[in-house]
Amino acid sequence: MSFFSDENTRLAEEIIKRYPKARSAMIPLLHLAQEQEGWVTEAAMAEIAELVGTSSAEVLGTCSFYEMFKREPVGKYLINICTTMSCALMGAADLMQHAEKALGVKSGGTTEDGMFTLEGAECQAACTEAPCLQVNYRHRYRVTADEFDAMLAELSTPDPGVPEHGVLSQIRQHIPEKNTVGALPPEEVNAPPVWLNTEEDQS
Amino acid sequence: MSDSVPNEVSVNINGAEVRAKAGEMLIAAADRAGVHIPRFCYHERMSSVGMCRMCLVDVDTGRGPMLQPSCMVPVAEGMSVDTQSEDTKRAQEGILEFLLVNHPLDCPVCDKGGECPLQDQTMAYGPGESRFVEEKRHYEKPIPISDLVHLDRERCILCDRCTRFADEIAGDPLIHFTERGNSTQVLTFPDEPFSSYFSGNTVQICPVGALTAAPYRFKARPWDLDQVESTCTTCSMGCRTAVQSSRNELVRYLGVDIESVNHGWLCDKGRFNFEATNSEERLTVPLIRDPNDERQLLGSDWGSALANAAEAILDAGSDGIGIIGGSRLTNEDAYAWSKLARSIIRTDNLDAQLGDGLPAELVHSLPPATIADACEADTVLVVGPDLKEELAILHLRLRGAATKGHTKVVEINAAPSGCEPYVERAIRCGSGEAAKYLGEILNSDDDLATRLREGSVVAVVGRSSMAESDHSSIAVAALIRDELPHATFLTALRRGNVRGALDMGLAPGVLPGRTAIDNPSSALDDIWGYTPSMKGLDTTGMLQAAAEGKIRTLVLLGADPLSDFPDRNLAAEAIQRAETVISLDNFLTASSAQADIILPTTAYGEQGGTTTNLEGRISRLTQKITPPGSVRDDWMIATELAWRLGGDLNLTSKEQIWREIEQVAPSHAGVTVERIMSEEAREGILVQESSVEYIFPSVQEPPIADGYGLRLISGRKLWDASTTTSMSPSLRPLAEAPVLKVHPTDLQRLGILSGSDVRVISTRSTENLKAVADESLERGTALLPFNQPGFGANRFIDATAAVNDIRIETL
Ligand code: SF4
Ligand code: SF4
Ligand code: FES
Repeated sequence: MSFFSDENTRLAEEIIKRYPKARSAMIPLLHLAQEQEGWVTEAAMAEIAELVGTSSAEVLGTCSFYEMFKREPVGKYLINICTTMSCALMGAADLMQHAEKALGVKSGGTTEDGMFTLEGAECQAACTEAPCLQVNYRHRYRVTADEFDAMLAELSTPDPGVPEHGVLSQIRQHIPEKNTVGALPPEEVNAPPVWLNTEEDQS
Repeated sequence: MSDSVPNEVSVNINGAEVRAKAGEMLIAAADRAGVHIPRFCYHERMSSVGMCRMCLVDVDTGRGPMLQPSCMVPVAEGMSVDTQSEDTKRAQEGILEFLLVNHPLDCPVCDKGGECPLQDQTMAYGPGESRFVEEKRHYEKPIPISDLVHLDRERCILCDRCTRFADEIAGDPLIHFTERGNSTQVLTFPDEPFSSYFSGNTVQICPVGALTAAPYRFKARPWDLDQVESTCTTCSMGCRTAVQSSRNELVRYLGVDIESVNHGWLCDKGRFNFEATNSEERLTVPLIRDPNDERQLLGSDWGSALANAAEAILDAGSDGIGIIGGSRLTNEDAYAWSKLARSIIRTDNLDAQLGDGLPAELVHSLPPATIADACEADTVLVVGPDLKEELAILHLRLRGAATKGHTKVVEINAAPSGCEPYVERAIRCGSGEAAKYLGEILNSDDDLATRLREGSVVAVVGRSSMAESDHSSIAVAALIRDELPHATFLTALRRGNVRGALDMGLAPGVLPGRTAIDNPSSALDDIWGYTPSMKGLDTTGMLQAAAEGKIRTLVLLGADPLSDFPDRNLAAEAIQRAETVISLDNFLTASSAQADIILPTTAYGEQGGTTTNLEGRISRLTQKITPPGSVRDDWMIATELAWRLGGDLNLTSKEQIWREIEQVAPSHAGVTVERIMSEEAREGILVQESSVEYIFPSVQEPPIADGYGLRLISGRKLWDASTTTSMSPSLRPLAEAPVLKVHPTDLQRLGILSGSDVRVISTRSTENLKAVADESLERGTALLPFNQPGFGANRFIDATAAVNDIRIETL
């Protein structure tokens, strides 16, 4: 039983082909796995290890290094409230308290309906817009308690315009075969990069 | 810098000029200059990672002194280093204070206490006091990360030694740093234990007590241990070990770093099988079969046991006796038995190998290579057993050389092996057909053919499958001799001192010192007085003769043919039919339990002497503990028997035996007792001369398999039912039950579900076994490990056949 869906297995193979060494595809594949399930399961890590030719322990090591790979289920919408300096000065603690009350979970928790996970986060590089937060890594600026409630209501509608947790981009990147580096180590590449060769494309 | 030597630079360390190799790390140069820089993560056999910062020293490259990690900074001409500056000391204090922030300091209950680099370096370089008052990190302690290794994450200082070893050296990256920052910890993947054949090494190199070995946990305190240096004799690699005991019990082996052999590493089998020596099951007194009840063995005194043995030997006459085994013996013991057999019993029916190796003359006649040669050769051609399973540290050395690009390994094998991850090419051949495949490559216009013909080649040759006769290996050797005359050889034979036993003449047709029986050295003639002039029988021949009633007395020198000889039927018939079976052994094995006279012998750790590894390297064995009961060395038994047979071996001690060996064995001339006792012998003394020639017989290609049969392939596993493993409580559970592996298409064709029990039929036997699909096999073949608990593949094998086929059917 494979973890990846048929479509994603095909994608995974395509992604692996982009790199001279299969192992380099580990992080893109972890993203793909997270996109499929909303979080990274053990089965996903074991399968990625097999796909890129390494041990599951090594995939776990890489995956667990990154906060944004979730190894436990999270809600459809992950809300990260910034708690670092500027936001802290501008009322992040109050906002967090409000969020906890509104969602009925503590920071780090997931609502029972599986809709929301609430987390405190480090600086999100929007200090001029404090207090700020992110929903599935999409910014909201100068958030007040009312705006927070409105945001929840909006996210609870069928199509709020924010993709589910795990979806990296709504436009799938596709690199045509002829433009991939392929399984050639950099030191063996002696032709100019394929993407410089534009003549063919114009014809 | 008029006296500058290429590739050498001159650095100033603490005011003294030091010559260093260009490119080497400062810490290594300091080590060689006798300046110790404290360290945790740096290990001379692994790449530098700069994890711990304990090795910070003041380095001045012209821009003023600066603290730099000496394990990450390559030496440079004119560099000036101060390892004792005020700044260095402050840095060391700071690093140790940091390392101890989360360290539990539970030294009183920690196995490492007393030999712990963290303890020692804190004492030597630490601040003496910590400013840290907060709560420390807590983890469940300790957690087993494999059957043999426990991990205490609280004690871990994250030096990356174990994880680096697992990845870089062992090639089993099953442990890894997980999480990040303060939560970083070493872990395995859930439900995927650190079941590496080399896991014990991580315990040895962990600079704290975070990793402990199950067989040693809470057994002893380092200051109670007594230690000698010795050599592992579990396989013929001959890794250098430190043997430690406490209160006359072996408690631990450590790897000793020997450049030419093991680089400090040991496999887990060699590391932990000391438990067998300590086993309660050891034989401690002679046993003889009860004359009134055939099924009973009675304890006896040595006098009557030896008298019975001598009588059975006399009675059988020199043609009616066969001596099997001896590759578990030290060189001296093997020599004594060789002398007893030839000069007193006057037989040449003796063989240290159990029909699973190569003819002794062939072994002696091949141009020898060393392990180091292999690690530097343009090509290493492996046509033999799965090295990872049977010569584990040779596999590690080759893996290291191949992954660093120093050599390229090419393997020709009928089944996948543990070497495949690093070989340049794995060529799958039919069982028994390796020579044919090699021939095809050599005659092709393949690049490999050119490299083999023009570059340096070390061939590792041995019997890859017990289910094929030695013809296929002989054909491979013949082909390499003919086509690649520049190639040198390592022979992959089975059991610890097999090479030494052959050197001592424990094989038909060869005498001590690698001479042929028809060409004995004059010294040998003088001292022995008699040697048979006719070549005797090898193990297969002896067992056949015994089964036919021609050999009446069989002597088993630490040999267990029922478990180890490829053809169990033949071995059983021989033991059954022989009037007297005399067994010299440590344990009641399948075979010794059926013997009539059982003489208990000393085990590893209880005997001194020398052993010879697969290269022909002689190294010393050191006795560490007093043997139990009244067990005796094998050579003493030989001298006693000689005396009872009306002769005298004139052997009085291991040292005196070696002096005689040095006189009579031409290849060993000049290898004096003094040299063996010297510091030089730590690396082992390499003996490569030989005067034996081998005339290659013409061998036939194996018959084509019929469409119904599956060609049986059977090699050994590291964890099998061998005596030392099954007598070591920590290791016994690691040997898996046998399963027959077959290509899924073959299973499907027969309507068999993978994982179900099947009936396996060979010309020898019909048995039920579990069959499992394995896609990595060739169609038409079946893989069965040779000797797993409860089942030996030798039930199926006919030793006289070139290859063996089996059929399987549903139950
Ligand atoms: S367990 Fe030991 S060897 Fe492994 S990282 Fe921790 S301290 Fe280092
Ligand atoms: S490889 Fe052989 S000699 Fe070395 S430790 Fe293992 S069993 Fe002993
Ligand atoms: S020994 Fe140099 S950083 Fe650890």
